[in-house]
Amino acid sequence: MISTGAFLDPSSWVHLDWVLLVVAAWLLIGGAGVFALHRLALVARVLFPAGGAFGLLLFGVALSAIVSSPEVAVLPLGLPGLPFHFRLDSLSAFFLMIIGGVAAGVSAFAAGYFRKGEGTPPGLLALEYHIFLASMVLVVLADDAYAFMVMWETMALSSFFLVTANHRIVEIQRAGYLYLLIAHVGALGILLCFGILQADTGDYTFANMRSQEILPNRASIAFLLALFGFGAKAGIVPLHVWLPEAHPAAPSPVSALMSGVMLKTAIYGVLRVVFDLLGTPLWWWSLVLLAVGLSTALFGVVFAAVQVDMKRLLAYSSIENIGLLFTGIGLAVLFSTQGMPLMAALALTAVLYHVASHAFFKGLLFVGTGAVLHATRERNLGKLGGLIRTMPWVAWAMLIGVLASAGLPPFGGFVSEWLLLQSFLFAPDLPSSFLNMLIPVVAALIALVAALAGYTMVKFFGIIFLGQPREEKLAQAHDAGRWERIGMAWLVTGCIALGLFPVQFIALIDPVTQLLVGSGLARTVGGSSWLLAPVAIERASYGPTIFLLGVAASFALAFLLVRLFYHGRVRRAAPWDCGFPWQNARMQDTAEGFGQPIRQIFEPFFRWERELPTAFDARPRYRVSVTDPFWHWLYLPLAAAVERLARLIGLLQQGRIAVYLLYSFVTLIAVLLVVEL
Amino acid sequence: MSEFVAQLINLLASMLLILAFAMISQRRILSLIHLFTAQGATLVAATLVVGYATEQPHLYLSAGITLVVKVILIPLLLHRVINRLNVRWDIETLINIPTTMIVGIALVIFAFDLALPISRLSTSIARGTLGIALACVLLSFLMMITRAKAVPQVIGFLSMENGLFFAATSATYGMPMVVELGIALDVLVGILILGVFMFQIREQFDSLDISHLEKLKED
Repeated sequence: MISTGAFLDPSSWVHLDWVLLVVAAWLLIGGAGVFALHRLALVARVLFPAGGAFGLLLFGVALSAIVSSPEVAVLPLGLPGLPFHFRLDSLSAFFLMIIGGVAAGVSAFAAGYFRKGEGTPPGLLALEYHIFLASMVLVVLADDAYAFMVMWETMALSSFFLVTANHRIVEIQRAGYLYLLIAHVGALGILLCFGILQADTGDYTFANMRSQEILPNRASIAFLLALFGFGAKAGIVPLHVWLPEAHPAAPSPVSALMSGVMLKTAIYGVLRVVFDLLGTPLWWWSLVLLAVGLSTALFGVVFAAVQVDMKRLLAYSSIENIGLLFTGIGLAVLFSTQGMPLMAALALTAVLYHVASHAFFKGLLFVGTGAVLHATRERNLGKLGGLIRTMPWVAWAMLIGVLASAGLPPFGGFVSEWLLLQSFLFAPDLPSSFLNMLIPVVAALIALVAALAGYTMVKFFGIIFLGQPREEKLAQAHDAGRWERIGMAWLVTGCIALGLFPVQFIALIDPVTQLLVGSGLARTVGGSSWLLAPVAIERASYGPTIFLLGVAASFALAFLLVRLFYHGRVRRAAPWDCGFPWQNARMQDTAEGFGQPIRQIFEPFFRWERELPTAFDARPRYRVSVTDPFWHWLYLPLAAAVERLARLIGLLQQGRIAVYLLYSFVTLIAVLLVVEL
Repeated sequence: MSEFVAQLINLLASMLLILAFAMISQRRILSLIHLFTAQGATLVAATLVVGYATEQPHLYLSAGITLVVKVILIPLLLHRVINRLNVRWDIETLINIPTTMIVGIALVIFAFDLALPISRLSTSIARGTLGIALACVLLSFLMMITRAKAVPQVIGFLSMENGLFFAATSATYGMPMVVELGIALDVLVGILILGVFMFQIREQFDSLDISHLEKLKED
């Protein structure tokens, strides 16, 4: 931290000062929102764009902070004698870059998104939104458990208020409550984890935790607590239930931030605790992480495939991506405990790469659903369709996001999934034969997840944007406004840049993997700036530019050939019409229909109820609802048990003073008896 | 001389115990107040005797406080309350006096058993009476549990305080003055608040029967 004298001179500022400046600016912008509660024009045209500009500043600062040495600051905030410690190292800087980058795009989008008359007044939303952003930045910066927990809870609370922006709707209240509940249960886990990490020294700074040598048993407990606590925020199975409820409830920019950025703070937490604070991980932790990650990924993608609500679909897709990230972390732990730091760096690079690309594409997809929602007032896939004609701008931006999400080249999603699979291919080098047999199965499951994710995204894009409009009103849908386009364009740029410049990006995140596992890929990938070869050029390499040129060339060739040979020979005729002389939008494949094969194949996963019309129904109705089995397996029994216990305790309340006196009398006698014995 | 004093203290202690049993079995509210006054007076006498025998002048002071508060002030207040509430001649519906007495005897045995090791350690002349003091506390508690009306419950509460005071006197020659003053004030304030409550209960339910309070329970 700089001295007060030099404070006025920005040329002497270090990265951390700039980051804290951004935080202060966001808090000020949020504070200004309170004074402009109902002045939408001011909030939308000034405050949100200003917030976005500071996001961009944060993005730039963090980009240069990744490669610079750690900086620390002690702010005399909070309780007396218990100041906030902040530290900016490569890992923090990487996540700050994600926060800044996504926040810039989402804020610009939000400037055009929030309208009048939607629950919370816009000024208050601006306050909550910017506190949310600032708290995420400070979570990543925190260097002691106290600051971390305060910021973590601020993040949970501010996002809770954002989720319940339309708090008059009962479902939204319930979603918000569920979110708050799971967030707090998770925070308890994190707090207990820090309690173990400080090893009875009473010093809760991360610096102290790093220097402590903890017994393996206690370290394992700390690890499991951290997994539980951060997993609740990230949405690992079975703590994922809040995601599909909260995301549809929240306004779209908020969903974008929560899914794109907030879930990543949980990944940050896991990385920080496992690789940094706990010292050397144990090898069986990796198995836990792999199991949790894989089941989460598989569960998420299978459920995403059968959803009919577009934001719920994206929420399950986020669960799937979190699963992939946890799998990658598990692999990194496995390699680093087996003394293979380069492989660990490869897996970790895949994780970080996926964090970045998921942040951008999921942010893009969520704001895209916001644009669709505003244009059509419809979230149900079954009532959308054909929007590419009325909303071409949104459709093309979403296409990029969908391709990145499906893991197709030349976008960011492909690079990260490819790197993850690459690191699986090195598993045969592991010394343990048990692991050697296990890892190919895991790799196969990852491939299955990636394929199903592609399927889901085809459904998502196809049902919303292609085909014919399923409702009359869709013809009046309008394209996104100016600010919304700016925000989406920024996020699209992120997706494309991550896809086209993998070598440069991997070189950029090299200090992070150096920090965590002591090795990096910068040296091995540095050989060529356009061909990505993570380990050795003979084994595997990927050139996104070549791929892009190849795709472009074949497209051009196909276009030319079609023009040459078929031009002017297009014949319009009635298709084979099955006895129906006319065709309408209801004959298209529906969202349910598209997901039906998956529902059949993975039937044991689901709890579904179906209502089929009989042949004689005057008004045939088809209804199917798929519910999360974890409600019935875990949460409802848990709630019932709590209720039973509460009712038992309620028996104590008799309403008779004599009985209450008897309680204290019996207690007194019992205590006296104990004293006597 | 000291033998006679010790016997005198024992006599007063046994009178306290008998009064406690009498209170348990008493049905009339007015008689209950008389019994309570008598218990207070016995306590004053016991305190004076202990103070005289051990030459502890501060015990005279606490005896004075007890006299003013528990023999004069509180009985006066209670009389006024029952006159105002017009429950002077009310007969309390007690649940099964003989059973209560048997439970009371068991409590006395328990209290004596409990006090035995403490009395052995004590050097006070009144050490044998600690068991009785403890028994008084427990019996008063029992009375609070078994009574159905508000006024007898308050008397039970006050009588419990008498037992505690006697325990302090017999075991350690009284409590420090500050504590004693505090307790005296507490009891006074407590009785005032309970008086207000009694009027409120009466207003609400037209009766002082506390079983009506069950209706306040939320289902």
